Amino acid sequence: MAVPILKQGPFLIASIQAALTDTDVLRLQDDVMVQVGRYRSRGIIVDVTALDVMDSFVSRSLRGIAHMTRLRGAETVIVGIQPEVAFAMVQLGMNFEDVHTALDLEEGLAFLQQQLNGETDAGGG
Amino acid sequence: MADEIRVAIRTDADVVTARQEARTMGSRLGFSSTDLTLLATAISEVARNITTYAGEGEVLLRVLDQDGRQGIEVLATDEGPGIDDVELAMQDGFTTGNGLGLGLPGTRRLVDDFSLQTAPGAGTTVRLVKWIRA
Repeated sequence: MAVPILKQGPFLIASIQAALTDTDVLRLQDDVMVQVGRYRSRGIIVDVTALDVMDSFVSRSLRGIAHMTRLRGAETVIVGIQPEVAFAMVQLGMNFEDVHTALDLEEGLAFLQQQLNGETDAGGG
Repeated sequence: MADEIRVAIRTDADVVTARQEARTMGSRLGFSSTDLTLLATAISEVARNITTYAGEGEVLLRVLDQDGRQGIEVLATDEGPGIDDVELAMQDGFTTGNGLGLGLPGTRRLVDDFSLQTAPGAGTTVRLVKWIRA
């Protein structure tokens, strides 16, 4: 099942609705990369609230999205990692240190807006 | 009630099915939500190893009842190439695929018992057990 990606101003919001197969994850990676270029997006939110498992493949792929979009000038924030999932990721040994995360969609948007404002201030000053 | 479920693993959708079956079984037995997630994640790792390295195989889920405590046993079996150097495969960071090498050592940390039976050319069986915490 494809993950719907919504455009909201300068940001993209990818809202995962159900368990993802590896194929779905790879497709999400491709779709996000295409849309970042098409809409000249400055930030991406990937909402994983609905995921009950984030194994090494999913974690690695989401990290890949964050790294790839950064190379295209857009920051990615992963939001909604469930407490049990966070626990399992740590046990598994997944390192998410170089990826922005936020509690939920609202916090994620606030973070991206702040990043964008920061840039504008620096550029204008 | 089914105390044993066999899931054939051929595609990445089967990986999702295997971990969802385990979640259903575990939730019926009364596993905590955290333990269900740890078990589902462990199964996802071993089932993906089957599709990645062997092409196909199966995941067998079984209810264990031992000395009054219950648990789930997972047998992930394939007839693939097997593992050359088990000690190396169990090291964090080692991979022959394109992963991070967290699969097997990471999986061991998610469950109570972990054992591996393999030989080059003779396939691989990974056995996992997760007990209900008293």
